[in-house]
Amino acid sequence: MGKIIKYVLYDILQNKIIIAYTLFLLVVSVSMLSLETDTNKGTLSLLNIILIVLPLVSIVFATIHFYNSYEFIELLIAQPLQRSKILLSQYFGVTIALLTAFGIGVGMPLVLLSFTEASSMLILSGALLTVVFTSLAFWASVITNDKAKGIGISLLLWFYFSLIYDGLVLLLLFSFSDYPLEKAVMVFTALNPVDMGRIMILLKLDISALMGYTGALYKQFFGSGYGTIISTGVMLVWAIVPIAFAVRIFNRKDL
Amino acid sequence: MIHVSQLHKTFGNLKVLNDINIGFEQGQIVAVIGPNGSGKTTFIKCLLGMVMPDEGQITFNGKTIKNDWNYRSLIGYMPQIGRYPDNMKVGQLFEMMKDIRKSAEDNVQTDEDLLEAFDMKSIYHKPMRTLSGGTRQKVSACLAFLFNPPVLILDEPTTGLDPLSAELLKLKIAREKESNKLVLITSHILSDLDELVTNVMYIFEGDVFFYKTLEELKRETGEEKLGKAIANIIRQGHKKLKD
Amino acid sequence: MSFTKNVFIEKLKNNRQIVIPSAMLIVNFIFRIWMISFCGIMVIHIPLTAATHTVCADCTLKNLHEALDYAKPCDTILVQKGIYHGEVLEIRKSITFIGQDHPILDGQEKNELISVKTNDVNIIGFQLINAPFSSSREMAGINVYNASNINISNNQLRNTCFGIYLANVTHCTVQNNSLHSVSDIELNAGNGIHAWKCDHLNIASNEVSGHRDGIYFEFVTKSLITDNQSYENLRYGLHFMFSHEDEYRNNRFENNGAGVAVMYTKKVTMLNNQFIHNWGDSAYGLLLKDISDSHIENNIFDQNTIGIQMEGSSRIVITNNTFTFNGWAVQLQASCDNNNFLSNNFNGNTFDIATNGTLVLNTINGNYWDKYEGYDLDKDGIGDVPYRPTSLYAMLVSEMPFTIMLWRSFVVYLLDRMEKVIPSITPESLIDAEPLMKKVKHDPRITTP
Repeated sequence: MGKIIKYVLYDILQNKIIIAYTLFLLVVSVSMLSLETDTNKGTLSLLNIILIVLPLVSIVFATIHFYNSYEFIELLIAQPLQRSKILLSQYFGVTIALLTAFGIGVGMPLVLLSFTEASSMLILSGALLTVVFTSLAFWASVITNDKAKGIGISLLLWFYFSLIYDGLVLLLLFSFSDYPLEKAVMVFTALNPVDMGRIMILLKLDISALMGYTGALYKQFFGSGYGTIISTGVMLVWAIVPIAFAVRIFNRKDL
Repeated sequence: MIHVSQLHKTFGNLKVLNDINIGFEQGQIVAVIGPNGSGKTTFIKCLLGMVMPDEGQITFNGKTIKNDWNYRSLIGYMPQIGRYPDNMKVGQLFEMMKDIRKSAEDNVQTDEDLLEAFDMKSIYHKPMRTLSGGTRQKVSACLAFLFNPPVLILDEPTTGLDPLSAELLKLKIAREKESNKLVLITSHILSDLDELVTNVMYIFEGDVFFYKTLEELKRETGEEKLGKAIANIIRQGHKKLKD
Repeated sequence: MSFTKNVFIEKLKNNRQIVIPSAMLIVNFIFRIWMISFCGIMVIHIPLTAATHTVCADCTLKNLHEALDYAKPCDTILVQKGIYHGEVLEIRKSITFIGQDHPILDGQEKNELISVKTNDVNIIGFQLINAPFSSSREMAGINVYNASNINISNNQLRNTCFGIYLANVTHCTVQNNSLHSVSDIELNAGNGIHAWKCDHLNIASNEVSGHRDGIYFEFVTKSLITDNQSYENLRYGLHFMFSHEDEYRNNRFENNGAGVAVMYTKKVTMLNNQFIHNWGDSAYGLLLKDISDSHIENNIFDQNTIGIQMEGSSRIVITNNTFTFNGWAVQLQASCDNNNFLSNNFNGNTFDIATNGTLVLNTINGNYWDKYEGYDLDKDGIGDVPYRPTSLYAMLVSEMPFTIMLWRSFVVYLLDRMEKVIPSITPESLIDAEPLMKKVKHDPRITTP
């Protein structure tokens, strides 16, 4: 498996997109962190990048990579290799590449320029979002053989998690505002990795004091030392479930 | 060596393989032939585990291939259209395949006859995407024979090859026949196979229309040339079907 | 004579509230005139009788109790440097106590230190330490009951449960004292300067920290609180209720658990104060609850969870204040009316103004808003398009706190943008029709008499 990951990584490095992505993140983080005098403010403006750009790039990049590696996958399938290993190697290869880009582009500037509890949480949740959305990309890729369709599904997934879901939740909260929804809100948050990641970061920032009773519940549930483990766990479930489904489908797929 | 029983496969509404029962043994060179879209490639992909059959069983040396992947170390496969990672160089491709195979099997005796015959070393530095279709076919052929497997599955091996290379490949196949291997070849250019084939499997609309040794075939039809013999038998067969 | 707050409240409940206190006031008044004239006559006409006694370890008078027994009204007791223990010093004569180099009175966590029960007492220059916590009554560094003309100055209070405790006191000056305590939980902590049912107090230039409330006023009227610093108290930096016609000037309230709370009061003036970094789950710079006819001018609200929280307040003029980097600059509940926000600066706040209803009966006009995106074509310094200081999402969160789940999400950003273009839910009348293009220049030293 390690060997295949090596070749996947080699292949990804051959095209320059991943390097462009790294540079983009690096420029954005450095400029945001050095423009803001308050480190927390810098972290806060980076938050928006993390929540929008990271999932989008992860899911689109991984999907395109999957379809571009179709030949490679075909080649490997005829070899004495387990199918699940082939897919997982692809997954880990892409994940490692994206995580490295994120680590250099966002993690490094954060550690060097403003290392706080909040920024370390930003790194953690950004990394988890990358893992989750790559996983979703693989799931989207194995369910269809059509590249355009696959990218379409990926974009839809991204759109759903970044915008539509929150819109639906807002509608729901609005319609049932007479009920005590504080607890329900915890569940709604856990059901969207983007929301989960956002809350994880916000809880570590000063401004979490503005979150009132709901914020206190959040803190109790997702924020404390134990809570961080819970929220990380929730994110990992979001990463494992789609890729597990992808492996299941891929194992039965006709190539 | 390979036994197939009651193999069914449908793609959507299209019945591609319909109850195939067949067995192949060592030392045979089987020509898998049939009209376009008859299911030849699907059949081969089933053998390779690339396509999952809906029903039926395939055994390899007595063991079912379902949920198994190790048996593929005994197969060299040359696809109809060889597609490889664009950015990879030819030399890297061979290195990688050796590398991957090494992890699966302990000691691999590589067979580099074809590599030399096709003079692959001279294009080792070229990226795969720059290669012509024919050159890719050569690469595919080399890969299929590289690990000296007891079973070779060649899907349209001579398509796109220049006559000289095609000849070299045929020579190679002939040599494999002598070392008691099983070779499955699909091809539509029948004359190519004349000198090599021991058995002919004819697939028609997803079913085995006939499966006969070359001698039987020649005897029954009275034709010397394989092509004509087959054409003969098909004509008769189709007439029967019409009646 | 020692009655506690609880006893008095009982009395208030049991008796007819108007008749009894007014009768008591008259008696008190006559008594006070008599005392003032008595001491005044003593000082002016018989100066020789006003003696000075010195207390020190080697003196004839070895402790304050002896000295107090020995002294006559209007005498001065000079206490030299040293540590003095003993029972509570109960002062029933009009005496001036002066500490030299801050002699230490140590309650040893057993008793209170000084209890003043008569008029015309001065306590200057002592260090009072270790008054204990008691669950039955309020133990303080200095207690004053039913007195007037008291001066408590230049004292240092350390680790006293309550610092200076004034009950039913008039014309009292508390000046230049520093009160520091280390309390861990609100339940067994006392207030720094605690005043109950007083008037004409002058609380000036004190420094209070580590108490429950820094300065606590209840039923205190016509008083002045100036130049104090109240910080790191567990609950409020300043807490006052039912305290009409008071004025607060040049104070600084920083890092208190819940900021400053002003409740059930009329005619309060707050000038040049600073409310800084009162940050926490339910912390305010300034909480105004049932306040009316008041004036809030030239204050700074910086880094508070909520700059000003207004509930049930009316006719307040809020002008020339600066709101910077607060979570909410102003939470204006729908129960407020006729308040006037003029010439304030709003800069760097997460939310400027939030309200919980659609009806807004307050005026917001001519303020500077850093989030204003309008233009000024006629160059008169006033933006040509009105500014809406509340966002849709700020409204949502006020009404449905759990929508905080979507804070800083993309959908909220889009909604706020849309609402700015086509307002539909944010109240029509919550609007600054004449937003300023440039910050108002506030003079931090403006003082009105």
